[in-house]
Amino acid sequence: MFRWIAVGAGVLILAVLAAVALFLLQQAWPALTAGSDELAAAVPRFPEGTSFLGFVGPLVFGTLLAAALALGLATPVAMGIALFISHYAPRRLAQVLGYLVDLLAAVPSVIYGLWGISVLGPAALPLWEWLNRYLGWFPLFAGDVSSASRAMATVAVVLAVMILPIITAVSREVFLQTPKLHEEAALALGATRWEVVRTAVLPFGRSGVISAAMLGLGRALGETMAVLMILSPGFLYSFKILAGAQQQTIAAYIAADFPEASGLAVNMLIATGLVLFVITLAVNMLARGIVARRKDFSGAN
Amino acid sequence: MERHVKLSRFPRAGSVVAVGALALTLAACGSDPEADTGSGGSTDSGETSSLSGELSGGGASSQEAAMEAWRAGFQTANPDATVNYDPVGSGGGRTGFGDGSYAFAGSDAALEDDEMAAAEAQCGEGGVIEFPGYVSPVAVAFNLPGIDTLNMKPDVIAGIFTGEITAWDDEAIAADNPDADLPSTDITVVHRSDESGTTENFQEYLAAAAPDAWTYDVSGVWPVKGFESAQGTSGVVSAVEAGEGSITYADASQVGQLGTVAVGVGDEFVPYSAEAAAEVVAQSPRTEGTADSVYSIDLKRDLPGTYPIVLVSYSLACGTYADESTAELVKGFMTYLVSEEGQQAAADTAGSAPLSADIREAVLPSIEAISAG
Repeated sequence: MFRWIAVGAGVLILAVLAAVALFLLQQAWPALTAGSDELAAAVPRFPEGTSFLGFVGPLVFGTLLAAALALGLATPVAMGIALFISHYAPRRLAQVLGYLVDLLAAVPSVIYGLWGISVLGPAALPLWEWLNRYLGWFPLFAGDVSSASRAMATVAVVLAVMILPIITAVSREVFLQTPKLHEEAALALGATRWEVVRTAVLPFGRSGVISAAMLGLGRALGETMAVLMILSPGFLYSFKILAGAQQQTIAAYIAADFPEASGLAVNMLIATGLVLFVITLAVNMLARGIVARRKDFSGAN
Repeated sequence: MERHVKLSRFPRAGSVVAVGALALTLAACGSDPEADTGSGGSTDSGETSSLSGELSGGGASSQEAAMEAWRAGFQTANPDATVNYDPVGSGGGRTGFGDGSYAFAGSDAALEDDEMAAAEAQCGEGGVIEFPGYVSPVAVAFNLPGIDTLNMKPDVIAGIFTGEITAWDDEAIAADNPDADLPSTDITVVHRSDESGTTENFQEYLAAAAPDAWTYDVSGVWPVKGFESAQGTSGVVSAVEAGEGSITYADASQVGQLGTVAVGVGDEFVPYSAEAAAEVVAQSPRTEGTADSVYSIDLKRDLPGTYPIVLVSYSLACGTYADESTAELVKGFMTYLVSEEGQQAAADTAGSAPLSADIREAVLPSIEAISAG
């Protein structure tokens, strides 16, 4: 009996995934097969004379840029927190801190969005202006700074805060599973705390950290509300993360245009959703692949 | 590392708590009017309960906030009646009205000839009733410290919103504002990032009033690339509040403390006011060649003394309905909608401009004639 329930649950998750994929494909099909003239007539933002891929390209770029920036900001900090909790902090403090980090994951994204526009944006504006003035030669910091801080840089910081808890939680678990014998052996050889971390903990936890980062990436790719509220969107292949009207992410694009869309425009939005689905799937499979390749050293053994 | 982690943790938790507390306060404020309506309903219920049943309509999402007010007011007076409004959009509302799935509808544009034919076929001998039930002014709002109002001709507004005029001390702006101390700040244009009726309506105004300067096709999506943008009315308003030297267009009731543009009409400049906005609808000529029950207008953007940037949204109903109770409900609801009380309720809730007495008197006879046929 229990066996069948378990099998049923397993089948159910596959069925749900298949149903989502099928829905996306079926609803996206009219937009994928329509000519660019038809799309330009039906979809308000669709520029004339571009193909479907030409239209989705900048959106994919913006999505990946936002996620990559967030991941780049969050991973080192998350690893630091995880190491502190697992190897440095007194037991009691570690517990409280671990609990607080988990709590951070429970904050709804709309709250992060509000915080982003009303607190972080104005607070970060002087920093963005400073970066722009002195490091403006660097492509990321070029252009005119968005006057209300509604730029990709602000979005990236908010996304980084949002994915911090999941990366921290997974990394912490992996670091805690480092074999005590390895650590004690390193200590016996005269290693300092930092050398223990570097020689025993980090190599052991590497694949775990990678999969943690990929989980975070998955959330950053699909995050909608915070991006929608903060970013001043544009449809360009642009690396200017301090300027407004440069990039847009797929999820925020769908959320912004769905309320007034009808007919082929809805199919078009769902088709961009399908693209996001494929990207997320690819990212997750990549993460699985990396973890599997390093199975021998992973925390699971 | 230890210190870093601690420092970054607690301020962040603090701000989250602050925002959460703010959200709670707002939620508490938001629930007050509902509580009022609830108590009002219970006191009134003994006196009037003439109408009962369920009424379904749908259409323009611009009317949604006003519809909430009308629904609350109508249901308070008639506790057994229920009115539903599905904000599917103007096009969906006209289609649904034409095929009979909505008993009444809202639309940001008057019915076209073929839509009118379909609606007349559906409504039967009583014909179609159409009138501008919801008039919403759009303000051009900016953030310049110390400046509350600026005069701008339509060409100047179009110049700013196409990116031709880029600094606040540009001669084109200064020429109409000799007394204002204009800074040399760059102008940051903020527009809606989502598709919106406000955007479409604002572009319609620019296309009508400044056809030489505004050459883009009118649509719900902002056509000029490279400007800042934000999601929703509250989004653009908060973006302008945060950025000195920014300018946007937004529902007039939502612009708060921002400075607003007095719009050039002919040789004078008219600052935004609900009365001036209502006046443009009252003075615009009625479309000729329509049935008596159809009051659609040709909106004029150059009538002296009127505020020309308004969204005119129509209410649609039939002159006859198949069954008695629907006819009575529509009649009661529409009577309330055009009444002074109903228009004031919408003005309080949605910031619309109340309908003028002339238009009310012109449409009331058709509404009172609604019957089962």
